[in-house]
Amino acid sequence: MIEAIDLRKEYGGFTAVDDLSFTVEPGQVLGFLGPNGAGKSTTMKMLTGFLAPTAGTARINGHDIGSDSLAARRCMGYLPEGAPSYGEMTVGAFLDFVARAREIDNPAAARGAAVERLALGGVLHQSIETLSKGFRRRVGLAQAILHDPQVLILDEPTDGLDPNQKHEVRRLIEDMSSDKIIVISTHILEEVEAVCNRVMVIAHGRMLADDTPAGMVARSRYHNAVTLVLDAPEQAASVLSELPQVRKAEIRDGELTVFPASEGLLPAVSRVVAERGWDVAELRLEAGRFDEVFREITKGEAA
Amino acid sequence: MNAIWTVFRRELAGYFATPVAWVFIVIFLVMTGVFTFYLGGFYERGVADLDPFFRFHPWLYLFLVPAIAMRLWAEERRSGTIELLLTLPISLPQAVVGKFLAAWVFLGVCLVLTVPTWLTVNYLGDPDNGVILAAYIGSWLMAGGMLAIGACMSALTRNQVVAFILSVVACFVFLLSGLPMVMDLFSGWAPQVLLDAIAGLSFLSHYADISKGVIDLRDFVYFALVIGAWLVANMIVLDMRKGE
Repeated sequence: MIEAIDLRKEYGGFTAVDDLSFTVEPGQVLGFLGPNGAGKSTTMKMLTGFLAPTAGTARINGHDIGSDSLAARRCMGYLPEGAPSYGEMTVGAFLDFVARAREIDNPAAARGAAVERLALGGVLHQSIETLSKGFRRRVGLAQAILHDPQVLILDEPTDGLDPNQKHEVRRLIEDMSSDKIIVISTHILEEVEAVCNRVMVIAHGRMLADDTPAGMVARSRYHNAVTLVLDAPEQAASVLSELPQVRKAEIRDGELTVFPASEGLLPAVSRVVAERGWDVAELRLEAGRFDEVFREITKGEAA
Repeated sequence: MNAIWTVFRRELAGYFATPVAWVFIVIFLVMTGVFTFYLGGFYERGVADLDPFFRFHPWLYLFLVPAIAMRLWAEERRSGTIELLLTLPISLPQAVVGKFLAAWVFLGVCLVLTVPTWLTVNYLGDPDNGVILAAYIGSWLMAGGMLAIGACMSALTRNQVVAFILSVVACFVFLLSGLPMVMDLFSGWAPQVLLDAIAGLSFLSHYADISKGVIDLRDFVYFALVIGAWLVANMIVLDMRKGE
């Protein structure tokens, strides 16, 4: 379990993290979401014991990151931003070094498992600096999961990867998520929807929202709205506005969106479409738009 | 202890995985040879000792030790691996000591590779081998002192060139602290006690004592204190600046 208690970090006069408190339970995949410079990385650096908080503290499985730092670090795996590693070392030597530093009981087995999980077998004897960005990221992930930690902290794990590699990393996170605590930071919205079961939106070091991805999406004004693509949207808009279930109709980029005033919007709209015999190219129920919610939440903080 | 050993092994292997070690060893051996046989007049003196060899070590170290020390922390900070290293279950003092020892042992290896010079002087004459051994130890201790200074300077910046220049200047001050160049800065206003203290800090005088074969515990304590103090400074600097 991660417990952050009034975690705060100041640099000179600048407050990077402003009294963050939260707890994360096993089985949760928490996504730190926020604009660049929001304090996501700084929070992770404090959780992993790299930076000392200006005030407040955090406990990892009961170990205080300040007074019991080494014990806290032992139960954590960490992928720092950019997946730094020692370029002159071979992949195998690097993993062996991390295994020794973590005093793993059976280093060969641990290394073998991590190598297999991240498909690094082919590059084991290659020096890390000769590897592509995707491989280096996988090496960084391999060292993070080497000791099968209870808590995994991954700072932008898919940054700079191609779509296939992103998919691989997300699948890996899903595989491991059942009994662990995983915290990832990202500014990619789709990633949060894909892998996280909890989202924290952070901007200017403050927590602005803490919810499930579905809950976040439900905050959208598009939630349960119906969007139609058809030939004469203006005409359709005036007709649909008459329905009691419709609060408002809006046309954007040739798409007509009607917002709900009450339940049962979609059946009502489909009935009208059928009655009038409109030639509808597309008719969909909106779950909500994450990007719109994100902008809405962080907008007030932009100044 | 285990953690220090782990850091030490990785660091030392790192020297030999890159051209750094090999370039350094070749330059070190060529330079000691040049100083000993040309500037030092090894043959011309007609004396069977290694004074011409050891006399130039402080000046050789002044540039070569900062060259080894500059990458110790600056490189870790530039590449971001410092974040990896210091979030492993390795404490800051263990990391600092492990990396320092690796570089110091590497300098020791370079010194050991000059043993053919020692063999030569034994072949040519009948030197006092006790003095030579003492001088080797003194030379290694002095290298350690400069290395500790360089390691601390390297923690100040992520730029290796800046780290190098800072180290050379700091080592230069420590080398010469008994000489007028440095003493004149203080002699006008500072009390005699401070002047004596500064003069007593000189690498040169302590090294000269040991390399004459005078084994005085105070010289060993001096180098141990210099190394210890600079390593503590290294830890403090690193703790303050690692996040920047």
